[in-house]
Amino acid sequence: MATTPTPDWTKPAAMAIPKEGYFKLEKGRYGPIFPKTPACYGFSILAKIKPGTEEKIREYGKKVEKTIAELPDALAVLDLHYLRWILFDIGKDTYFMYQGIFDTDFDKYTEDAVALFGKYGINTVFEHLEGFPADWKTNAPAFVKFVREHQCPSFLEYAEYPYVSAGEIKKALRLKAAFSQMLDLMQ
Amino acid sequence: MLEFDDIQYFLISRPRALAARYEFLTFRQPAGGRAWLMGIIEKVRSAKGVGSNNADSRWVTVAFTWNGLQALGVDEASLATFPEEFRQGMAARAEILGTTGANHPDHWVGGLASPDLHAIVVLFARDVAERERCAREHKEYVSQCAGVEGLSSLDLEAIPPFDYAHEHFGYRDRLSVPVIEGTGEVPTPGSGAPIKAGEFFLGYPDETGLQPALPQPEILSRNGSYLAYFRLQEHVGTFRDFLRQHGKTPEEQELVAAKLMGRWRSGAPLVLAPKKDDPELGKNMQRNNDFNYATMDPHGYACPVGSHIRRMNLRDTAENMERRRMIRRGGTYGPPLPEGVPEDGVERGIAAFIGCASLVRQFEFAMNVWVNDPNFMELDERDPIFGTQDGTYDMTIPKRPIRMKFKGLPAFTTVRGGAYFFLPGLKALRYLATLAKDA
Repeated sequence: MATTPTPDWTKPAAMAIPKEGYFKLEKGRYGPIFPKTPACYGFSILAKIKPGTEEKIREYGKKVEKTIAELPDALAVLDLHYLRWILFDIGKDTYFMYQGIFDTDFDKYTEDAVALFGKYGINTVFEHLEGFPADWKTNAPAFVKFVREHQCPSFLEYAEYPYVSAGEIKKALRLKAAFSQMLDLMQ
Repeated sequence: MLEFDDIQYFLISRPRALAARYEFLTFRQPAGGRAWLMGIIEKVRSAKGVGSNNADSRWVTVAFTWNGLQALGVDEASLATFPEEFRQGMAARAEILGTTGANHPDHWVGGLASPDLHAIVVLFARDVAERERCAREHKEYVSQCAGVEGLSSLDLEAIPPFDYAHEHFGYRDRLSVPVIEGTGEVPTPGSGAPIKAGEFFLGYPDETGLQPALPQPEILSRNGSYLAYFRLQEHVGTFRDFLRQHGKTPEEQELVAAKLMGRWRSGAPLVLAPKKDDPELGKNMQRNNDFNYATMDPHGYACPVGSHIRRMNLRDTAENMERRRMIRRGGTYGPPLPEGVPEDGVERGIAAFIGCASLVRQFEFAMNVWVNDPNFMELDERDPIFGTQDGTYDMTIPKRPIRMKFKGLPAFTTVRGGAYFFLPGLKALRYLATLAKDA
């Protein structure tokens, strides 16, 4: 490995992260790069929703479920581990939290994510968020600016099996399946 | 409908030029810069004026940095509407591009990293004699324009044999070229559908089907493009030593060269000719780009996942590829290094322009991810030909039963300079030349 020492997946790891979200300022195309942590890359976007749109936003949950059921690889390019969409109230306002854990630096694949969401019609969930740029379809920098302004960096991340990518997990599980099949055949 | 009578010919037509000269200029006074521009506009041809069988003997292109637009007197409000990456310029974006170490702007030549770089004149000429004639004429002209000075220049010549485009390492070039929708050109098999004009020219719908907002005023930006310029030195001696170190026979050495590129030097793609070179395939434009990766070579046993062409065009193994296409122009500079001659220390390489509608989305993405991101495809590698290399990265060659690796790739290339330019339409050139405001 040229960049980082080989991470030890057998040893659980935690990382406390400075308030800015990074240790050392490294410039990405759209702003500072947030570091890979034991829990991989990720973001937590918190934004206030426009009044009266809560049900519409919840509908998007079903829409994504249906999209993935029909096209399991629809979001494959994003190298996601998990997505969590949450709605919660603070006072009279409702907020949307979009948490994603993935294996690639978000700065790198932002436009691909925007294009994918557009392709599967799950993009417009953002249009129910206050301050979201109206011209986001043609203005990736404005989309990214919104995301970055509403990104709340973690101050602690932990992983039981640190730095392991979704690809590696799937590879290991495939190997395990092949191995148990082989053992079955040897009975 | 593309306004062929306004768009500069540069990214649309490709006249047959065997020599070129790039002149990098600075404007010490806005009025001088505008006077220079006014006098040269008549030599700048539109796409309509330059067909592929154009009979001219020289072709002139003019483009400006953001600092150059400012130096000509474009007002601050307009300047602020240009995208941030263009405003900052290529040198300021080095970390993002991955042009670090020996490729860093601190080492660039020709004043290209300087804020004094304001304009470039690209002269393509039928032959060297015509290039020399035009260079003398332009030198004379610049000397008459008060406050206009040359920062540096670069002479380019095609290298023999002249019957096909290739660079100093010997690879056949111009095999995977995007076709712009509306030009009437037909893509070669395997090259995908024509790409919407808005991916290359401002003022047209792009692949989203929508038209992005234009920098202001529209007369300045419409029909313009951004150009990313790179002067890339090729270390031919290092490259040939590497082939010899990793291949015992000439055939093995050719295979090493092919694995680095993803194509044999003849142009034949490894996906279609995995074991043995096929020069006939290499030169056949109806066949040499007609392949994919997802079904024909998913694991890279033929064309390594980390090879140059597979990193730079993922074809059917990535999303959103139609939004990352770019048009390349340029040529080779420096004398060819004859076979069997050791490295002579003379600088030679490629000096090229990458034309697009969004530097951050197209060019910077390609540099940041495809060329220089070690995490690309979880390879822990960089582009073997163009990536920033210092001997610390390997290249994996998928092979059955066990993959092999080229350990510690040396730098086959070094970035010696670069810049971001705006390539205006002809009306925009006239607008710039007649700006009333004098800063």
